[in-house]
Amino acid sequence: MRLSLFRRQRPLVCQQVVEMVTDYLEGALSAADRARFETHLAGCPHCTEYLAQIRETIRLAGRITPEDLTPEMRTDLTDLYRRWRADG
Amino acid sequence: MSRVGRAETVMVPPRPASPVSCTLPPMEPDVSDELLLRALRSGDEQAFGTLVDLYYGSMLRIALSFVRSQAVAEEVVQDTWLAMLRGLGAFQGRSSLKTWLFSILVNRARTTGAREARSVPVADAGPVVDASRFGPSGTWAEPPEHWIEEAESRVDAERLRQLLRTAMDGLPIRQREVVLLRDVEGLSSTEVCEVLALTEANQRVLLHRGRGKLRQSLETAFGDSPIVGGSSGGSSGGSSGGSSGGSSGGGTR
Repeated sequence: MRLSLFRRQRPLVCQQVVEMVTDYLEGALSAADRARFETHLAGCPHCTEYLAQIRETIRLAGRITPEDLTPEMRTDLTDLYRRWRADG
Repeated sequence: MSRVGRAETVMVPPRPASPVSCTLPPMEPDVSDELLLRALRSGDEQAFGTLVDLYYGSMLRIALSFVRSQAVAEEVVQDTWLAMLRGLGAFQGRSSLKTWLFSILVNRARTTGAREARSVPVADAGPVVDASRFGPSGTWAEPPEHWIEEAESRVDAERLRQLLRTAMDGLPIRQREVVLLRDVEGLSSTEVCEVLALTEANQRVLLHRGRGKLRQSLETAFGDSPIVGGSSGGSSGGSSGGSSGGSSGGGTR
């Protein structure tokens, strides 16, 4: 099968897989490692769950709302710009 | 002696990135940068307002991760805007306006909040999932608890945000910077490397640790069964040797 294209590789164990998750998501794994990673996932519900949780973590982090710009701060910054412009 | 985790991933020789990396968010289009710059230089107050609207919230949030006081953070952000205006004439546009702005900000915030910054090594050595959760063969002994559905449907948004903020605050500074810029602010890996002056590989290591700890916090808070032995969040401690006689001591602190 596909794996036999590469040098004889031991199958990955879960403990290795969790450490490769970010490289996998970042597209930083070699083709061989990527194949080993995906082969493992196909047979391991726990690591599949782990990957899903990391994806969910990223999604949730993206929902932390930014700090608000207060009207006072806006005024301060506009003044800052005007002073800069005046110093020209 | 099986090497687990970091050794395994970091030793992988650099290869051309696979197609997946194309899914990274694209950089800000240069066109709008170009227009904004021209308007700013010509004294267009509205253009400045646009820029402030775009980035102020993010900037304050980033500043707050370095300095704890709201007042000091606001000052850092103001200083950043001033530094940007002063540098406007010399700015070449080699990086995007946003990347430039964030770089100035991070440098100022680091200096101001000098606390832990700078000298901290890139990687803490610990595994991203506590070694005690795997059996001798490296398979899950204590698999991930389910929490996604819980977090999505039953936890109110405000509580979730609060939890994530607290978890972010608990990350070591370097990890916090990277996770904040990548996952909260949505910068691409290239932009993050530029802003924080990191190599791609180091960026990934920091991101990996940071995300892993956030996941652990979510599991601890929302997981479906209480964790025995209570390893919450932090994952320092030795990389256990895997097979026999591995030091399984103290993965927590």
